[in-house]
Parts: sequence; C-alpha cells; structure tokens
Amino acid sequence: MYFWDKEAECMDRAKLRALQSERLRKTVKHAYENVAAYKTKFDEIGLEPEDIKDLDDLPKIPFAVKSDFRDNYPFGMFAVPMDDVVRIHASSGTTGKSTVVGYTRNDIATWAELMARTLGAGGTTKSDIVQVAYGYGLFTGGLGAHYGAERIGSSVIPISGGNTKRQLQIMEDFGSTVLCCTPSYALLLGEAAREAGIDMSKTPLRVGFLGAEPWTENMRREIEASLHIDALDIYGLSEVMGPGVSYECMEKGGLHVNEDHFIAEIINPDTGELVPPGARGELVFTSLTKEALPLLRYRTRDITYLDDSQCPCGRSFARMHRVMGRSDDMLIIRGVNVFPSQIESVLIDIEGTEPHYLIVVDRQPGQMDEMEVWVEVSPELVSDEVRALESLERKISHDLHSLLGISVKVKLVEPKTIARSEGKAKRVIDRRELNQ
Amino acid sequence: MKVSQLSVFIENKSGRLADVTRALENGRINIRALSIADTIDYGLLRLIVNDPAAAKSTLVNAGFTVTLTEVLAIEVPDKPGGLADIIEILAEGGLNIEYMYAFVGASGENAIVIFRIERIDEAIPILQSKGVRILTGDELHSL
Repeated sequence: MYFWDKEAECMDRAKLRALQSERLRKTVKHAYENVAAYKTKFDEIGLEPEDIKDLDDLPKIPFAVKSDFRDNYPFGMFAVPMDDVVRIHASSGTTGKSTVVGYTRNDIATWAELMARTLGAGGTTKSDIVQVAYGYGLFTGGLGAHYGAERIGSSVIPISGGNTKRQLQIMEDFGSTVLCCTPSYALLLGEAAREAGIDMSKTPLRVGFLGAEPWTENMRREIEASLHIDALDIYGLSEVMGPGVSYECMEKGGLHVNEDHFIAEIINPDTGELVPPGARGELVFTSLTKEALPLLRYRTRDITYLDDSQCPCGRSFARMHRVMGRSDDMLIIRGVNVFPSQIESVLIDIEGTEPHYLIVVDRQPGQMDEMEVWVEVSPELVSDEVRALESLERKISHDLHSLLGISVKVKLVEPKTIARSEGKAKRVIDRRELNQ
Repeated sequence: MKVSQLSVFIENKSGRLADVTRALENGRINIRALSIADTIDYGLLRLIVNDPAAAKSTLVNAGFTVTLTEVLAIEVPDKPGGLADIIEILAEGGLNIEYMYAFVGASGENAIVIFRIERIDEAIPILQSKGVRILTGDELHSL
C-alpha cells in the first residue's frame, strides 16, 4: 500500500474527531471576525462563534453558497489582507462574474501536501516522472497537481493541456510514469496513442490521476485498457481548495476525504437537512485549516454519498462515492464549469431579447466533450445573406469562447423548433452517459 | 423600382422546402423566382412572389422566420455579353452585388435577372442613365 503521510491518513477516528473540533472552532472564529459575509450570516440568526463548540454544533451554521462569491466579488470572501495572499485562482460563476479564490503561503503548502497524499495514494514517489496535462492558469488543476508532485520530489513536466501529438511524444521520449489530466483527455490520449501505433504496454506510464469532471466506471475501464495504467479519481473544487480535497486509493472504492482539513456533510438539497448516514445527497464542505478563504458549510451542488466504513487500504478517512450528479444546472465540459445562465447572458447581449436556445453536450467514444448551442433565429436576427448569418454564428461562438474559455459550436435553428416545456424550459440535453 | 423579396430561413432537413411551398399554395401565392443559398446546417430560400405581403404573413403564420429585402429586377438582353454589360456598369459605379439569380420567364426578347445590390438607391440612377430597364413590382407580377 502506498502512503504519503500514513500517520495522518490512518489517524484514529476519535483522534481525528477531536482534531476536527479544535480546528473547526478556530476556523469559525477566523471567518466570523474577518469575513463580513459570515458575520452577517451569524448575526442574522443570533449565532455566536462561541456557540460552535464541537462537530455536533456544525449544523447550526448557515450555508455558504456560490453566489456569496459573486456578491462579494472579487476578494470579499477573503479573511486575510491581500499582503498575505500569494495566489489567486478563479472559476466560472453562474453569470458573468467569476468565482475568485485566494491562498496564503500556508494554504499553498497545505494544498501541495494534500495533493502529495493524492498522488502518493497511487504510488507516486520522487522517482516518478509526472506529466501534468491539466490546464495551467486560473484553473486550479495544473498548478495543484504540479505543486503536489514537486512536494513529493517527482520530476514534473508542466506540459499543460492540449497538443495531443506532443503529449504522446514527450510521454514516450521522457518516459512519463504518471499522468494528471481530465478523464476525457485520458480517453483521447489513449485513442491517439492507438492511432499513432504506440504500444502503451511498452511505455513506463503506470498511473493516472484523473478529475475535474464527472466520469464513470466504464470510462475507467476504457482508460485503463487503452493507456495500460491504473486510473484513479481525484476530486476538488477551487472554492474548497482545488484538486486534492478527496482522492482514491488503489482499492478504487471511493474517494478518501482529507478529513483533517475538510469536514464533509451530506444534505438534502431541497430542505438543507442532513441526510441519514450513507444516504445520497448534496456534498457540503467546511474547511478546517484554510487561512485566506475559510469556508463554512459550502454547498458544492455535487451529489454523492459518504461511506465511513474502514477501507482495506488502511486509511481512516471516510470515502465519498464518485460524484453522481448535480443539484443545480451546472455542466462540466472538458473540466470547465458552465452554467446555462452564462450562455443565456451572451445571447441576451447579442439579441437584446429573451433567447430560445438549447445546449447539447455529447462525448463521442475516444473524444473530448463537445458542446453545441442551438439558437432559434428570430426575425430580428435573420438576414437574407448567408454571410451575415455565418458572422452571427461566429459572433455568438466567439463571445461564448471569451466568457467560458472553451470552444462552442453554434447552430442556428428555425423558430419554435426547440421544445417549450411547462414552466422551466429545458435548456440542456446531456448525451454523455455519466451515471453508469 | 424596387421589388420585395422574401427570405425564409430553413434548416437543412427533409421536408422543410415542401412545407414552405405547400404553405404558399394554401395562401394562393404564386412563386415567380427563387434561389437557395445553403450551408451545412441551414439554407436561405429567397423568393419573388406575386403578393409579398400576403406571402410573408402566410409563412410567418406557418412558423417560419421571414424577412423582406428590396432587390432589383433588371432586364438583361438575351444575347452573349448581355449580363456582362450590366455587371460592368455596377462595377464601374463601385457597387457590389451581394447575390443574383435568374427570373423564371422573360420580358419580350430580354431575360430578367434579380440583383441584390449594396447601396441599392445609388444603383438605380446609375443603371437608368445607361439605359438599363428596371422593372417595377407590378410589371414583374404581370409578366
């Protein structure tokens, strides 16, 4: 069995609980005193930081939600002065404004440590050559994996995403042993390797740490067969930290939550009540050691369940099942968060009216996710010239790309061809089979 | 001088052109000329009809997106070089042709070609000064 920090990862549950309580009290005080949004939430219901004495008091704390980030854009959720913030990342918000997160030097060190546990659980050591094919930039994937691998002392190849030919060449020439990327990109690499006639069983590539988007056991089997690796699921979100919030061990039976740094709860997304142990619901995180961005009961909108039975690997951390869906309408396309409301805002800007549109997401075997946006042409939009319509398509596509950072195919369709449903319009057709 | 042309947006799927033409039949509309510009996903059907206003409301009621565009119906001598002469006049005037297509039927010895020209109001006097005959909507419909 592989461990980066066996002492922490196999900590006795009673000791873990005591540690969580102690850290929770500190975090609550820190958040209340330094983030106006938390103070307001507490004051509104007459809750004092001192009322939170241990884990049993946790459900008293009001939830934090994604819109808190928008309402306090860009740095209002930070609990430390900007002098102490050494890194800023950002992900999509539900509208034009992104969700901005910050890290102190200690936060970055913690993140590196937790990513080291993640990579270590798949046997990564300082002898490994780690190819990081997550995107580098505002997205947390690239730098998160990078710092974790460096923490271990592996040789890191910061190749970032894309350029599949080059990825394969470097993988072969440098002898990469570890791959970090999205599962759909791993599938694509496997397909491309096969087409290029590369026998992956002859390369030293051994394990992949795949996350940032939902995937399935079928995809795991395909990736493992095509790349000849163990494919492990990793989980994180920038609001909570980034990759490394939870991670699979070689048992591949769920993702161990780094419970000494985060408390996971499962709630009923409709009522906000805790669900019975082991039941499915929405995942909620409270951070325990974060300085720049403490999080109290943050609703992830990810649907899963927790299993606190002992894992054969020896880790005492509870496991979350791979994410099974969302309690909101967010889509994850090639690792990028996309909300239908973002697409709507682009169309409103262009059309000046309420648009009728449909988002169609598909994933062909061995291909990356494809997103198409179908837009009904209104009399105001239509022209008698093809080039005007083509330029309209290009404009919509360009504006969507600028906002989302991913390419989108725009297709103009006839009016009234997109189904109108009773009440809330159906805006998304997701043809990816993500829940097998 | 100008003639109203209908442009109908249709997706490239079987039966849509039939739907348009059947709707026009039901509205007792006669098609005098047409052309289709197409891309992979959709096409624009351009129509000259005997009653553009009635045709537009018929098609809109049938659920189509329709725009009216002003075009010129120009008499073109039915002989080698006839069309070239007219296009040259436009080129000399610095006027671009967006698109053009032939009209079904003729005016005496001459063919009729539908022109969509940018800056159409400038084009009319230039053409007329060179003796080019432009048909009115009524003339066109009575052919």
